Amino acid sequence: MKKLSISAFVFAGLWALGPALAQDVPKVDAKRLEEVTKAMWPKTPEGWEKRISYDETQAVCSQFRNDLPQAEFDKVKARELATIKLPADGNVLGDWKSGRRFANDGRGGTFTDRPMTNGANCYACHQMDRFELSYGTLGPSLVNYGKDRKYAPEEARAAYAKIYNSMAVMPCSTMPRFGYHGFLTEEQIKDLTAFLFDPESPVNK
Amino acid sequence: MRVFMALAMSVALGAGSAHAQQAIDTEKELEKYRQMMSDPMSNPGFLNVDRGEVLWSQKRGSKNASLEGCDLGEGPGKLEGAFAKLPRFFADTGKVMDLEQRLAHCMETQQGVDMADITRRRFGAPGRTSDMEDLVAFIANKSSGMKYSAPLAHPKEKEAFAIGQELFFRRSDFMDFSCATCHAEEGKRIRLQGLPQLNKAGKDAQVTMGSWPTYRVSQSQTRTMQHRLWDCYRQMRSPEPVYLSDGLTALTLFLVKQAEGGEIQVPSIKR
Repeated sequence: MKKLSISAFVFAGLWALGPALAQDVPKVDAKRLEEVTKAMWPKTPEGWEKRISYDETQAVCSQFRNDLPQAEFDKVKARELATIKLPADGNVLGDWKSGRRFANDGRGGTFTDRPMTNGANCYACHQMDRFELSYGTLGPSLVNYGKDRKYAPEEARAAYAKIYNSMAVMPCSTMPRFGYHGFLTEEQIKDLTAFLFDPESPVNK
Repeated sequence: MRVFMALAMSVALGAGSAHAQQAIDTEKELEKYRQMMSDPMSNPGFLNVDRGEVLWSQKRGSKNASLEGCDLGEGPGKLEGAFAKLPRFFADTGKVMDLEQRLAHCMETQQGVDMADITRRRFGAPGRTSDMEDLVAFIANKSSGMKYSAPLAHPKEKEAFAIGQELFFRRSDFMDFSCATCHAEEGKRIRLQGLPQLNKAGKDAQVTMGSWPTYRVSQSQTRTMQHRLWDCYRQMRSPEPVYLSDGLTALTLFLVKQAEGGEIQVPSIKR
């Protein structure tokens, strides 16, 4: 079973890269690949014990170059959906001003950072407040996000869930699973959801 | 280059209606600056080249030997074009090695220098020069004007390439990122920083790989591919990858093959 999936992933990978690269490239021996990665990262850094290093979903997304066959897609979606924890009181909207700050903050979580409250760094990939010109383009623009959704409470809950675990919505999404990994706290995700959904937020102006 | 353009654009966008002309003016100024900085007399990376030249022929270590007997793939002491063909397989170690792994091997076996010290100073910092950065700048410069052409003939080289390719797409750790997250689409950027597309062979890969090692203005240091990959994994929120580990060499081999045919002009100068 394990062997099957690995040869499938090697095949999928070579195929995805096209014939120019696939020629003459041998399939990777899974054991050898594991040896090499183990030697790159031989031990868990102190304080990182709770961090996920390589889970089942990451493995399958890597194997299929993020383009999953339907059966795998459904499996990942169900697995990731089960990890989402909404706030106990059902309120997904925090303080949009604080959300604005986190959205603009790219610090935290690297091996040269001290433990700190991690920034969400949304602008690395998304346009949000249209007057913030330094935004990336890996993700879609989120300008008018709440307004376009008529500030509907169910849409706000969906946004909270997407920030918490993007792969429950889109398996192998490029976006990190911020809540699942514990990269952001519940409070932070609420603040970010408010940044998207508060009518006063510059995202909707 | 893209950063400068993007910065120029952002300045222009902020300024409102006269933005197009201002962007062009800013870009012209930056182009002058870039030309000035790529002059060997103005690029601080050439200080590393000079120091590297001294280090290459200096007798050091417990064996009081220079590196002049070191075989970088083209024969002992042969430097011209050696960098353009790395990483490659070396029969004496039975391994595919990049330039830094190979230099470390020669320092250890031929010179007997203190490798803990070499590793401690692997990345230069204010008041601390790096022998590796100096030697890499010197040796890579001996391939300037040449094109990347790693042999990729030996089975171990093919294996390393395939491993590098897998690593490029391997999603892991705190943010689920892989190299491909940022480098598998055309014309994307993080904030205003342009991202080269590196999952396929082509111009982006050629321009990117052809300009490493580079003097990084933001760090005031000349950096090698080992440092570039170290910093990529840092930003990916991965644990620190082991310096000179085989995985980094495999990734480098994957990247230089994407850059095949691209001209090497190093040390370059970047943000």
